[in-house]
Amino acid sequence: MFELIFFGMYAFVLLAAAVGVIASRNPVHSAMFLVLAFVTSAVLWLMLEAEFLGIVLVLVYVGAVMVLFLFVVMMLDINSDTLRQGFLTYAPIGIIVAVVAVAQIWSVVWLRDQGLPAAARIEPAAADFSNTAELGAVLYTEYVYPFELAAFVLLLAIVAAIVLTMRKRPNLKQQDISKQVAVKRADRVRIVKMDAERD
Amino acid sequence: MENIYLTVVLSPLVAALVAGLFGKQVGRMGAHTVTIAGVATSCLLSVYTLYSMLFGDLGTYNGTVYQWMSVGGINMEVGFLVDRLTALMMVVVTFVSLMVHIYTIGYMHDDPGYQRFFSYISLFTFAMLMLVMANNFLQLFFGWEAVGLVSYLLIGFWYKRPTAIFANMKAFLVNRIGDFGFLLGIAALLMFTGSLDYGDTFAAAEGIAAAQINIVGDANWSLLTVACICLFVGAMGKSAQVPLHVWLPDSMEGPTPISALIHAATMVTAGVFMVARMSPLFELSETALTFVIVIGATTALFTGFLGLVQNDIKRVVAYSTLSQLGYMTVALGASAYAAGVYHLMTHAFFKALLFLAAGSVIIGLHHEQDMRKMGGLKKYMPITYWTSLAGSLALIGFPGTAGFFSKDALIEAVGHSTIAGSGYAYFCVLAGVFVTALYTFRMFFLVFHGKERMDEDARHHVHESPWVVRVPLVLLAIPSLLIGWPTIGPVLFDDYFAGAIFVAAPHDVLAELGADFHGAFGFLLHGLQSPVLLLAFAGVVVAWYLYLKNPLLPKAIKERTEFLYRLLDNKYYLDDFNEKVLARASRMLGQGLWRGGDAAVIDGALVNGSANAVGWIAGKVRRIQTGYLYHYAFAMVIGLCILIAWFIW
Amino acid sequence: MLTLTHYLMLSGALFAIAVAGIFINRKNMILLLMCIELMLLAVNFNFIAFSRFLDDTAGQVFVFFILTVAAAEAAIGLAILVVLFRTRSSINVKDMNSMKG
Repeated sequence: MFELIFFGMYAFVLLAAAVGVIASRNPVHSAMFLVLAFVTSAVLWLMLEAEFLGIVLVLVYVGAVMVLFLFVVMMLDINSDTLRQGFLTYAPIGIIVAVVAVAQIWSVVWLRDQGLPAAARIEPAAADFSNTAELGAVLYTEYVYPFELAAFVLLLAIVAAIVLTMRKRPNLKQQDISKQVAVKRADRVRIVKMDAERD
Repeated sequence: MENIYLTVVLSPLVAALVAGLFGKQVGRMGAHTVTIAGVATSCLLSVYTLYSMLFGDLGTYNGTVYQWMSVGGINMEVGFLVDRLTALMMVVVTFVSLMVHIYTIGYMHDDPGYQRFFSYISLFTFAMLMLVMANNFLQLFFGWEAVGLVSYLLIGFWYKRPTAIFANMKAFLVNRIGDFGFLLGIAALLMFTGSLDYGDTFAAAEGIAAAQINIVGDANWSLLTVACICLFVGAMGKSAQVPLHVWLPDSMEGPTPISALIHAATMVTAGVFMVARMSPLFELSETALTFVIVIGATTALFTGFLGLVQNDIKRVVAYSTLSQLGYMTVALGASAYAAGVYHLMTHAFFKALLFLAAGSVIIGLHHEQDMRKMGGLKKYMPITYWTSLAGSLALIGFPGTAGFFSKDALIEAVGHSTIAGSGYAYFCVLAGVFVTALYTFRMFFLVFHGKERMDEDARHHVHESPWVVRVPLVLLAIPSLLIGWPTIGPVLFDDYFAGAIFVAAPHDVLAELGADFHGAFGFLLHGLQSPVLLLAFAGVVVAWYLYLKNPLLPKAIKERTEFLYRLLDNKYYLDDFNEKVLARASRMLGQGLWRGGDAAVIDGALVNGSANAVGWIAGKVRRIQTGYLYHYAFAMVIGLCILIAWFIW
Repeated sequence: MLTLTHYLMLSGALFAIAVAGIFINRKNMILLLMCIELMLLAVNFNFIAFSRFLDDTAGQVFVFFILTVAAAEAAIGLAILVVLFRTRSSINVKDMNSMKG
């Protein structure tokens, strides 16, 4: 019973934060609501005994991705008024589509609920059970190749982000170390033979 | 024996390839040496084959040499069927071909296309041998088309002459009609017997004798009649029977050796050979036989008339070829296949001889072909004169010559025939004898006797032809005169063709004749009393009177019978009819299909129309593609909703 | 008693809100990216709930990978956004219509 109340509370906060994300005028506020949504989700995941993923969500998403979002939002000088033009014209359609989607998904969940196994209500794991260890055990054995691939995808993302955003500024004074190292005497010094000057 | 047959067929092919592809390297000398060697090999081996069949115990060979492919139960093979009919044809083809090869050395002496010419005639020999030695319809058709191909190549040999190109085109088009029928006939037989092999088809023929097919509407047609008439249409094209004969006189545009080899002695007789080969099928259809005999009789008589008014020496011989082909066809229609093939053989000798002699005259007069500018050549060209006389006598059927035996037997056989149309045919062949004698000796007298009508300059240069021309003339004159004596009995009245040619008992006119046959000499005596001989002599006498005794008379006759002369001179207006009606109609049809069908419907409505429709629809639909990202996103989400709805329904 | 159904319904609602967000904020690219993050969160919810209730770690592994890919996607998406802003000085989706037919 306590669990249910807890769940309802967090679910309410999560949905409210999601609505906040899509409805606030200021993108910074949206981002902050998204942070709230992620944190709430992390709590709910902890309730599902996915402790590792809950913590990763907070660390990676709230800590890194959302900071990135905030960076971009703040860095770019965005005129949010033009972006919000026609905000309300599409709102009814959006709400209708959302209601239809919810109705459909819920009807699926509802209809299929009868067929779910009894294991749908299960006991919590033992106190010394480590979700992280269990996940690691499969991740490094069974899923080692996908894991490596995921690592590669991340590397690729880093490289791609750098390549995309880096730009050369022509009038910026920069050191070019390889040029400095490769320089020869002849490039810099010229010996001129001339007669001595006298007074 | 298989190796021998393969050698017979392949040695001319190899020679043709050598002379054709390496003509520059081997030179003129090399080209004629290699082709003559190839054909001589074939000739010797053919003679050996025939010899061992007649005097040895060599039986019929029927075997597959190579299987090309097998599709849906139909075997497409290269195979040989060598029986006595084939052996006879092989000897005739290779012998005449050899003679022509030798003759060509003299005739084409200064022609720049020397090697090419030798390559063609050798290739022709190969194709003709493939045709006669085939044991299945596919190979027969291959040979059929291959000889046709070489024929077109050679009619258009002097491809810079517009008339040669025109004649070439004409031969090609007319033969297309015939070959279309031929192909339909083969297809009909294949459809009902399921085999291309002769043996299988003939064995199955009895079984499908009663089969009926619907071609147009509900009318029932006897399958075999339709198939045989289709096959015979093919023979009409190749053997130049009325009304598909129009290409043969024009084919005289080709060099004379070709006229002798292809358009007189061998290729044009392929149709006759084919019908004889198909005798088991034709025997089952009286209607088809009637068709054959009527067409043949018409050809025999009416093309003979045309020979009377021609002035070109080669054209006279060409029309006589048409007429003689008509005779052979009549024999086929009367079920006297053996007589037809026998006449084919003798005709091959004496017609080749006449053509080569005509060619000799043409060389002697430096390529002058108009008989009005000849005359009195007897003293200038004695060998040509005597050999021409031999050929002419054989052609009109002078007693004792080869032509006499074959033609007399043929006419007798037609007289005994009871098939529908045989009365008309008998009349035509009898009248034809008179006409034949008339035009043959008209030509003979105009060329060799009478006043010398060539101009002074030409007269000085008239000379007898070189030995390479004279030797074939003599070699051909011998069989033209003598071959009838030893062969008539065995070929016509003994069972020479047993197993090769099948004749139903009620039609067997040759057996009736055979009952009265007591040796060649008896036949000769019998022939002396027949009206045939009288008619022939009458023809010769009339020719003598008109063209030697009283040379002004023909002009007077011509003026009196202006209409008739015009009709003949214009070849019954058949060419004009073809040109003005058939060709124009097909041109109009083609133009209509082009304008209406291709340009308007296919190009306009289908091709451009569908492109325009696509463009129009795309123009409308592209408004959906706004290019705004969120519209695509909306479409995606809404589509997702619809899909889920469909899924959970 | 807390069951699987509760979680699935929660994630469904979250997903629907994200869909509505795409409609409402159709012009603002940053918000579109955020809505996509929300959708992915909803999907992850499903995975984790199923993993828990069916007692199968594979679901969590999948979430792990989805998080990885989503992080990479966000990084590259934002990078593209920055480049776009530099060249057009706008992140309005309406201005990105050079493919308009």
